[in-house]
Amino acid sequence: MLSLTHFLVLGAILFSISMAGIFINRKNVLILLMCVELMLLAVNTNFIAFSHYLGDSAGQVFVFFILTVAAAEAAIGLAILVVLFRNKRTINVEELDTLKG
Amino acid sequence: METFVFYVFSAFIVLSALMVITVNNPVKAAFFLVLTFFSSAAIWLLLEAEFLAIILVIVYVGAVMVLFLFVVMMLDINMAQIKKGFVNNLPLAVAVAIAMFVTIFFVVGGDSFSASIFTIPDPHAADYSNVAELGKVLYTDYFYAFEIAAVILLVGIIAAISLTLRRRPNTRHQNIEEQVAVNSKDRLRVMKIEAQERK
Repeated sequence: MLSLTHFLVLGAILFSISMAGIFINRKNVLILLMCVELMLLAVNTNFIAFSHYLGDSAGQVFVFFILTVAAAEAAIGLAILVVLFRNKRTINVEELDTLKG
Repeated sequence: METFVFYVFSAFIVLSALMVITVNNPVKAAFFLVLTFFSSAAIWLLLEAEFLAIILVIVYVGAVMVLFLFVVMMLDINMAQIKKGFVNNLPLAVAVAIAMFVTIFFVVGGDSFSASIFTIPDPHAADYSNVAELGKVLYTDYFYAFEIAAVILLVGIIAAISLTLRRRPNTRHQNIEEQVAVNSKDRLRVMKIEAQERK
């Protein structure tokens, strides 16, 4: 039978993969945004697993709000990306060094 | 049966997530992300979160990923330059991912979340409605948060539109204000012309 551990380990694997993705694709902002979405997915899976095994629907309400905020974040992030590309003609992270950071 | 379904969709999730981070083409990455979301929706269905599983497909696959694809099409990305340094970062990325996983596994992998402590709940009855249950909580206990979520979406709309709105001075466009404010005198002038004899 499936225990809570199964779902938590799945979430951990997904989170680690997206973490690796952020390190691998350090140049492409678009893929970085996708990796952030993957991370949120891993966290949401954990929330729902706990909600199911504790018999409390508060976890699902949390996921509902995370989905809302993530949708708004993706829309604004992509809008910023479009403006960035319009002004600099690149989305390479290493060329975005105007702030000398 | 449930275990089998879980392992199949988990394999899908892990493989497609790996493809998302390794393929070079952003369009392919977006499509593999769609596959990841679909498989996750199946996992959420196993956890009896039917409403959120459907919302994941509708909102993420239907809206967010389409937005991603639109943006990929609008950008003209120089892939050769993006690909450089991919292999350099690979060992570090694998090391960080493994360290991350081992750390989390120490917490969740032990006996503390096993079936003996978190007992496996009985499946809900056939007439149980996840939507009704969620709605009851959402519109009572979390109503304030719900309203704030609506405001966040409104702010998101305004921010996204005002960021990408571009005013180009040389293009022809309607001046709605002037069009609405016009009156009959500006449009039509009645002139009185005396009849003239033909010469």
